Amino acid sequence: MSRIEKLEMKGISKSFVGVKANQNVDLTIEAGDVLGLLGENGAGKTTLMNILYGLYLPDEGHVHINGQEIRLRNPKDSMHAGIGMIHQHFMLVQKHTVLENIALGFEGAPFFFPQKYMRKQIKEYSERFGLEVDPDKRIWELSAGEQQRVEILKALFRNADLLIMDEPTSVLTPQEADDLFEILRKMSSQGHSVILISHKLEEIMAICNSVMVMRKGQVTGSARIEEVTQKDLARMMIGRELSGCYDKEEQESGETILEIQNLKVNSDQDLPIVNDLSFKVARHEILGVAGVSGNGQREMVEAVTGLRRALNGKVFLQGEDITNLSARKIHDRGITHVPEERIKHGTVSTLQLFENSVLKQHHKKPFSVRNLMNYSLIRTHADKLVKSYNVDAASISTPVKNLSGGNIQKLILGREIIAQPDVLIAAHPTYGLDVGAAEYIRKELIACRDRGGAVLLVSEDLEELFQVCDRIAVMFEGRFMGIVSPENCKIEDIGMMMAGAMPEDGGDE
Amino acid sequence: MLDVITSILVRTIVAGTPLLLGTLGEVVTERAGILNLGVEGMMSLGAVTGFIVTFTTGNPWLGMIAAILAGALISILHAFVTISLRANQVVSGLALTMLGLGLSGLWGKPYIGRPLLIKMTPIAIPGLSEIPVIGKVLFFQDAYFYLSVILGLIVWFVLKYTKVGITVRSVGENPKAAETLGINVTLVKYSCVMIGGAFAGMAGAHLSTAYSKSWIEGMTSGRGWIVIALTIFALWEPSKAFLGAYIFGGIFVIQYVLQPLGISPNLLAMLPYLTTLAVLLFYGMSSKGKRKMSAPATLGEPYIRGSR
Ligand SMILES: Nc1ncnc2c1ncn2[C@@H]1O[C@H](COP(=O)(O)OP(=O)(O)OP(=O)(O)O)[C@@H](O)[C@H]1O
Ligand SMILES: [Mg+2]
Repeated sequence: MSRIEKLEMKGISKSFVGVKANQNVDLTIEAGDVLGLLGENGAGKTTLMNILYGLYLPDEGHVHINGQEIRLRNPKDSMHAGIGMIHQHFMLVQKHTVLENIALGFEGAPFFFPQKYMRKQIKEYSERFGLEVDPDKRIWELSAGEQQRVEILKALFRNADLLIMDEPTSVLTPQEADDLFEILRKMSSQGHSVILISHKLEEIMAICNSVMVMRKGQVTGSARIEEVTQKDLARMMIGRELSGCYDKEEQESGETILEIQNLKVNSDQDLPIVNDLSFKVARHEILGVAGVSGNGQREMVEAVTGLRRALNGKVFLQGEDITNLSARKIHDRGITHVPEERIKHGTVSTLQLFENSVLKQHHKKPFSVRNLMNYSLIRTHADKLVKSYNVDAASISTPVKNLSGGNIQKLILGREIIAQPDVLIAAHPTYGLDVGAAEYIRKELIACRDRGGAVLLVSEDLEELFQVCDRIAVMFEGRFMGIVSPENCKIEDIGMMMAGAMPEDGGDE
Repeated sequence: MLDVITSILVRTIVAGTPLLLGTLGEVVTERAGILNLGVEGMMSLGAVTGFIVTFTTGNPWLGMIAAILAGALISILHAFVTISLRANQVVSGLALTMLGLGLSGLWGKPYIGRPLLIKMTPIAIPGLSEIPVIGKVLFFQDAYFYLSVILGLIVWFVLKYTKVGITVRSVGENPKAAETLGINVTLVKYSCVMIGGAFAGMAGAHLSTAYSKSWIEGMTSGRGWIVIALTIFALWEPSKAFLGAYIFGGIFVIQYVLQPLGISPNLLAMLPYLTTLAVLLFYGMSSKGKRKMSAPATLGEPYIRGSR
């Protein structure tokens, strides 16, 4: 029987400099419940959960477990109370192996040779829950999806009664997400409870039995899942109706602007990961790249943007050979890039928001003239960006690390799109965005295409790809299984191709 | 000829021992993310404490223990200033060096020119010490050498193959992640700084009660700084600290051998630092090496709970 029969948070308030992240929030969850926590970017969901996990101390309010007040001063207290958490940003030691990351702080691991013991255990767990990871790989060698699996394993190992998951599915494929939900269902039937933060309403509808919606630090509604529809949730969250579909004008795709020929790239382990890949993207076109993470998407993007050496093959931008130029030169020529790992590669997290708003352009006019920064212009630029992309921040002088996850993403996207690039390469651009913001970003991607740019969109969200792309390429083990057009192809076919199988009726056209 | 080589090797080992001890300590400290530039000061304090206690009690073992305690105690200062107050680690480390040198000068004044009657003497390992050359070099040394080797193996093993090792390394790489798993980051950092201090103190006592048997002001003569260079040379790995310590120890000895031949000792004194630069260059050239070479990710950064 689980130790947490009922957990209540009462009157929780928490302020940071300039923001009230939580105001008088109440939350109740009982054994076996799966509670969905919804809210716009910056609504205060992560803050609330960090309080429950003992990472932040609340300014006001109490937590009660089974009717008794309990003080959660640090994660250890929470872990002992039976609370586990998967964080929104990976809490992994990059240089260590998967084994070492899972063994860290794990009380069940032996003092001597924990790696050896964990290897056996991990194998068992991975098989039981279908979470495949190579225990001896180092974290920096893993894709975002694989890193997520490590995080999930870490939490499963600690066998928490109440499991908090802060946007666990953002980087998972639909299949992986389904597997995860299967695990969650199993756990809840055994009396564990789960708090699930997600921006994907279908997920919440599918797995939760109650929901709670937050806006600007306050609870704006909570309900049993049977009583609400997806539309209601969206309305509670963003205060308006979602349009849901994207008016995409038919566009004649123009001249080819980006051309990749026989690209060959090695992974971090020096093994071939992109094999002989060729494709073209034209003006007025959005080319989607679908695929399970780890099939070479990241390496392909890095090679095109100059972050990784292409061993073989050529990259042409408007007919000009740009293979293996430096990242800055490639950017200067008009390819902008929204990276997969936004905190690490997209921003300098200790710099202020306005400084981050001009990264990659800061060395050029008009933002700097003869090596002197034009800060007044940069501030105006940042103001404009924050307004038009709805970046929610205390001010443009806050360090970027204090922004909520989704808002960092909006900032990066805004920065890259506003530069009016010829080619925009975006990896998982709507990862972690609330439905309102995601809708806005997709519209911006389409606007970028309509303006005459080419967009290369890497995503695992098939719905998204179907909504915005003109063509979709499916990547598997470093090659394209085929390029299909969304009008005459079924989602299931793409799912099959992502797993390496060709659908019989041939998605190829 | 064989005798000359044997004697050079023996002295190399002796000269390398304090370097090894100091480096092991600094490796532990830096692995937990704290840069302690105060090694020279802690060593000096260890040397004077070890000397005074040995001098008054006549027991070099008590001297060693006192020096270890002295090193650990003074390093708490650095820990408090950098971990609890989150001050700049470079500044605090430099201050610690000056403090240590100053204190040791003050306390040691009455003992200058008064040699010890008993110092740490070489112990022959029965049987093994008879082997030609090797026996003399490896099995007829003082207790500091044997201890430093054992401690080195322990540090290597603990860091690599135990839970504590994973914890320490994780704290230096990503304290936030460690904290979310219930680890007391502050405690780990304090402990590692104190272990570093203890090692430095022990290294100091070696100089004043085994290497020589008298106290002279400034007798650490830059070894603390060589330890800092060695830590980088060893790429924060105890196994490579062994290699580095004896190479650098050898350079010390060669200074004396080559001096009569007209080679300036100043030139040779530069060698440790040049070698460190060369190693960095060597690893920096290959992409594989670069990964290895990187220092603990949060080395020198204060950790603030609840920030993100
Ligand atoms: N440590 C901190 N210092 C300063 N401000 C903070 C800190 N943590 C959070 N905030 C602010 O509190 C607000 C709520 O942030 P929080 O991360 O809880 O949002 P969220 O609901 O999780 O959003 P998202 O969906 O984007 O992850 C934001 O405005 C954020 O900038
Ligand atoms: Mg969040």
